[in-house]
Amino acid sequence: MIYLQLLWVFVKIGVLGFGGGYAMLSLIQHEVVDHYAWMTSTEFADMVAISQMTPGPISINLATYVGYTAAGFGGSLLASFALCLPSIIMVYLILRLFMSKKNNALMDNTLKGLKPAIAGLIFAAGLSMMNLQNFSDFGRGQYNISVIICVLAFVASYFFKANPILLIVLSGIVGFIVY
Amino acid sequence: MLSMVEKAVVDQKKWIPTDEFWDMIAVVQSLPGVFAVNTALYVGHRVAGTKGAFAAMLGAIIPSITIILLLATIFREYRDQPVVERIFKGIRPCVVALILAPSLRMIKSAKVTWKTAIIPIATVFLIWWCKISPAYVILAAIAGSLIYALIIQRQESKGRKTEDRRQRTVISPKSPVPRQERKEVKP
Repeated sequence: MIYLQLLWVFVKIGVLGFGGGYAMLSLIQHEVVDHYAWMTSTEFADMVAISQMTPGPISINLATYVGYTAAGFGGSLLASFALCLPSIIMVYLILRLFMSKKNNALMDNTLKGLKPAIAGLIFAAGLSMMNLQNFSDFGRGQYNISVIICVLAFVASYFFKANPILLIVLSGIVGFIVY
Repeated sequence: MLSMVEKAVVDQKKWIPTDEFWDMIAVVQSLPGVFAVNTALYVGHRVAGTKGAFAAMLGAIIPSITIILLLATIFREYRDQPVVERIFKGIRPCVVALILAPSLRMIKSAKVTWKTAIIPIATVFLIWWCKISPAYVILAAIAGSLIYALIIQRQESKGRKTEDRRQRTVISPKSPVPRQERKEVKP
C-alpha cells in the first residue's frame, strides 16, 4: 500500500513538475508534508537545505529521502524511479514523433503563459514553510533571530545573487552561536 | 549543469553536433519532470538507443540517490543532537529565503505587469491560503496558458493572412491604385 502511494505521488509530481526542481517543491510539500505526513515541515526544510548543498537534482534528492523515511531502502528507489517514469515516456514519445515546428511554437507560448503561475507556486512553497516550526524563536524573547536570518538571506540572494551554499553555511554558523 | 553536459557530449565525445544539441535542449527543457533526467534520456537515446537512454538516466540519478541515502542515515541518527538542532534552527529560515528569492526573480523575468500580476497572486492565494492541491492549480494554469497560446497563434495566422491579401492587392497589376498610394493607406 505504502509503495503504491509512493508510486502514485511521485508519478504525479513527475507529470506536473513544469519549471524545474524549485517548482516541484510545492507539489512535493503538499503531498508529503500536508497530505500523507511522511515528514514534518522542519524535516522538509532540512532536506531542502541538504539538497541544496549536495550535487544532483533537488527533486531526486527529496524523492529518495521521502521514499526512505516512508518505506526504507526499497521505498527510496521506488520514489526516485516513479519521479523519472513520466520523463522516460515523454522523452521517448518526443524522440519518436519529433515535434513539428508549429507544435513547438504552441508549446513555447503555453510555457510562457505558465511561467507566472510557476513563480507563484514556488513563492507559495516558501510561504508554507514560514511557520513556527521553522521560525523557532518567533514571538518568543525580544530578538527574532530567525526573522533576521531570513530577511538578510533574502536580501543577499535576491539583490546580490549570493551563493546559496555560502548562505546556508553562514546561517548554520549563526544558529550554532545564537541558539 | 548544461555547459558541463555540452562540454562532455558535444566537445569531447562528439556524439551530437552543437546546433542539434541546443535544439533538443530547448524541447527537453519544456517538458515536465527532472531536467537532468530528461537531458540524460535524450542524449542516451540519441547515442545508443533505448539501452543508452536507461544507462544515461541511471548515471544521472545514482550519484544523488547514493549521497542522499548516506546522508539520510547519518542525519536521522544525529538529528536530535543539540548541536545539529542548533545549526538547523539557523538554516531553516535561510531556506525559506532561498525559495522566496528565486520565485520573485522569476516573476520579474516573466515580465509580469500589473494586469497579469493576478496570476501569481491567485496561485499563491489558492495554494497557501486555501490549501488547494498545487496539482489542480497547475492543471488549471496549463489549461489557461494553452487557451492563451491558441489565441495568440490564431491572431498571428490571421494577421499573416490579411497581410498576404494586402500584398497581393498591392502587387496585382489590375489594381488601379498605384503602389505608393496603397502603402500610405496602410494603417
